Amino acid sequence: MVDFGGWNMPVQYSSIIEEHNAVRNAVGLFDVSHMGEIEIRGPEALRLADYVATNHAAKLKTGQAHYSALLYGHGGFVDDILVHKISETHFFICVNAGNQEKDFEHIRALNRFDAEVEFASEHYAQLAIQGPKALATLQKLTGADLAAIKYYWFVDHAVLDVPARIARTGYTGEDGFEIYVAPNQAQRLWDEILHAGQEFGIKPCGLGARNTLRLEAKMALYGHEITASINPFEADLGWIVKMGKGDFVGREALAKAQGPARKLVGFEMIGRGIGRDGYEVWMNGKPAGWVTSGGPSPTLNKNIGLAYLPATDATPGARVEIMIRNAPVEAVTVATPFYRRPKQTPDREGGAWSKA
Amino acid sequence: MEQSMNYPNSYKYTKEHEWVHAEGEQATIGVTDHAQEELGDIVFIDLPQPGKPIAKGQSFGSVESVKAVSDVYAPVSGTVIEDNEALKKSPETLNRDPHDGGWLIKVKLSDPAELNDLLSAEEYQTYIGAEKSE
Repeated sequence: MVDFGGWNMPVQYSSIIEEHNAVRNAVGLFDVSHMGEIEIRGPEALRLADYVATNHAAKLKTGQAHYSALLYGHGGFVDDILVHKISETHFFICVNAGNQEKDFEHIRALNRFDAEVEFASEHYAQLAIQGPKALATLQKLTGADLAAIKYYWFVDHAVLDVPARIARTGYTGEDGFEIYVAPNQAQRLWDEILHAGQEFGIKPCGLGARNTLRLEAKMALYGHEITASINPFEADLGWIVKMGKGDFVGREALAKAQGPARKLVGFEMIGRGIGRDGYEVWMNGKPAGWVTSGGPSPTLNKNIGLAYLPATDATPGARVEIMIRNAPVEAVTVATPFYRRPKQTPDREGGAWSKA
Repeated sequence: MEQSMNYPNSYKYTKEHEWVHAEGEQATIGVTDHAQEELGDIVFIDLPQPGKPIAKGQSFGSVESVKAVSDVYAPVSGTVIEDNEALKKSPETLNRDPHDGGWLIKVKLSDPAELNDLLSAEEYQTYIGAEKSE
């Protein structure tokens, strides 16, 4: 167990690689109750949501969610978030655990609208059921028609007899669901989901597998790819910034930041070694950038990572050197995501990362 | 979770979780079962080439799990005679067989008396028992 921003959480239950493979090939269950929740309600809830976050909340339909970001006025990240539209006057926002108080204060301080901002984390536990057998597993426990829930949509429906918000979202690059329930029901649901998934070889998964899975899918992790000194264009997240939607916090700074000097790029190790978070990246004998996340990819059986490099070099095929313990080790930049899940049935939407 | 594991009595151990098995002036060095259990899946091993000197207490290589890099410290001083080439190709052997097939290097000891400073199997197991219950 590790202390993770005040939460006592397992890095692994069995083996990170086994857990990772269970999610890619069958199904895995994550307890992500540490994630924060903030709710915005009121006649101008939408106006507040569109003012504090970069994506266009007015485009969401009731029952739909999208990936978005909270920015500072200077354009750097406060956090990356998932915004769910519950109704015209109610938005439910899932935020990173370590940022939840900061995010809440940030939104509240910017609330000059007829809206209420509630810090709601204590009302929700969150379980993530991820993998090609996630649907079959969860379907055994709910009357909701899970196949009818499109990628990045959600329904409020009981799981067993527990009221739940069931969202077809995730942080693994696989199909799956994230469900929000009252904390006192989480343990029972955890046990029941593990039981339901037994026939598929379900595994409980920890933070370690969560990280290797999201890295293969090139999903950003706050504190690594995105920080207060990185803006969405640099992070290759321009698609969650809707410059045309009207004023929002950070817009002015971003208007001057298009065509950034540095960009996030994927790399694969060529030489022996693993490029890890914080290591320097050199080009032509000089420091050129840094690794934000790196490690072994169990699916590809390669050592992969993400790094910031000058935008002119942040294209696939550039030879670089990662400084590993003061020794340069050869690597090459590659296209991302490293892993994209195979499309299996026509009713499945999007790729590894739907850009809806 | 913790499997009962045999810590050979003929080996010596360090508080940094290395083991050393000395036979005359030669010794084999590895990391303990407890260490591999704590690290999880081992995916990469960095070892010094034969001919390199190692110095007691200094890092001579690294063992990487999925999550993190860990230095390996020399329990004794000497010169590397051989590194475990097979282990570099199959690092997961260290998880399965830490006290035998997962050995890291063989060295020629420069001061066999250094072995006297190390922990016995019993002392080491008491030490990790106390560390775990903290």
